[in-house]
Amino acid sequence: MNLLYDPWPWYVAGPLIALTMFILLYVGKQFGMSSNLRTMCSIGGAGKYSDFFKFDWRAQRWNLVVVVGAVIGGFIASQFMSDNTVRINPEVAQQLSTDYGIESSGDAYLPTELFASEHLTDPFVLAILIIGGFMVGFGARYAGGCTSGHAISGLSNLQLPSLIAVIGFFIGGLVMIHLLFPLIFS
Amino acid sequence: MKYISYLTIGIFFGIIMYKSEAASWFRIYEMFQFGSFHMYGIIGSALVIGVIGVQIIKKYKIKAIGGNEMNLHPKTKSVARYLIGGIIFGLGWALAGACPGPMYVLVGAGYSSILVVIGGALLGTLVYGLVKNKLPH
Repeated sequence: MNLLYDPWPWYVAGPLIALTMFILLYVGKQFGMSSNLRTMCSIGGAGKYSDFFKFDWRAQRWNLVVVVGAVIGGFIASQFMSDNTVRINPEVAQQLSTDYGIESSGDAYLPTELFASEHLTDPFVLAILIIGGFMVGFGARYAGGCTSGHAISGLSNLQLPSLIAVIGFFIGGLVMIHLLFPLIFS
Repeated sequence: MKYISYLTIGIFFGIIMYKSEAASWFRIYEMFQFGSFHMYGIIGSALVIGVIGVQIIKKYKIKAIGGNEMNLHPKTKSVARYLIGGIIFGLGWALAGACPGPMYVLVGAGYSSILVVIGGALLGTLVYGLVKNKLPH
């Protein structure tokens, strides 16, 4: 096994994510990615429309720097440390192909049927990307955090609100995959 | 100088997200199909270590750099906002196959379509800010 090139197993990735959280706590910050979306809205002038965006976003600059780092990390990992394919459970891959015509698992990192740039002119694909993103942004702010802020930081601190949020994440995800996907993709 | 350390943390985080495939739409789909332990293992092991670490920080009153308190604030109590907001987030997470951290990672990996997802997420955040006072919290 090539540790640098092969996908990292969960028991490597999970502890490293916890380490990320502890480093941020140690430097006096907290691990939370979705708050950057609010910061970006504020920088873009959204404070004119809602007090929610009137806050001292300069105090959040450190987190935007983390975002820039994450972009660079994605570049490094995809260019030098990965063959950019993801092999999931063959039964799930088969089901994706048979039921929804998504056949790129095993050959790509993201389904080309949704993320290949030539599909950006397809209104159906465009709608999926925009609506998916919209719900992530809206839901994360409504719930006061996302996977990093609630599922990792909040639950690590044994916060009941975070447990409720994470249960919500899974209810939403299961409803989407099991009830809505058959309506959307077939 | 301080920004160099945040940049390094970000790079580290980005590489973990990409290499663990937590940034892959396929892995999110597989998770919600209960097709693999992988994603549960990532979140679960991060959490076990996180819980133990936070308990140690609290027990021994470990301070952040410069002697400041660690940023471990209790969240305001409520059910509605966490449950409803969480469900909306989960619907989007499963559809777009990316949560806010991995979105940025995928930009660096060169998937230009993820910029549309980020645009949607910014719009969602903006609309939340506009209608916030009308929502149950």
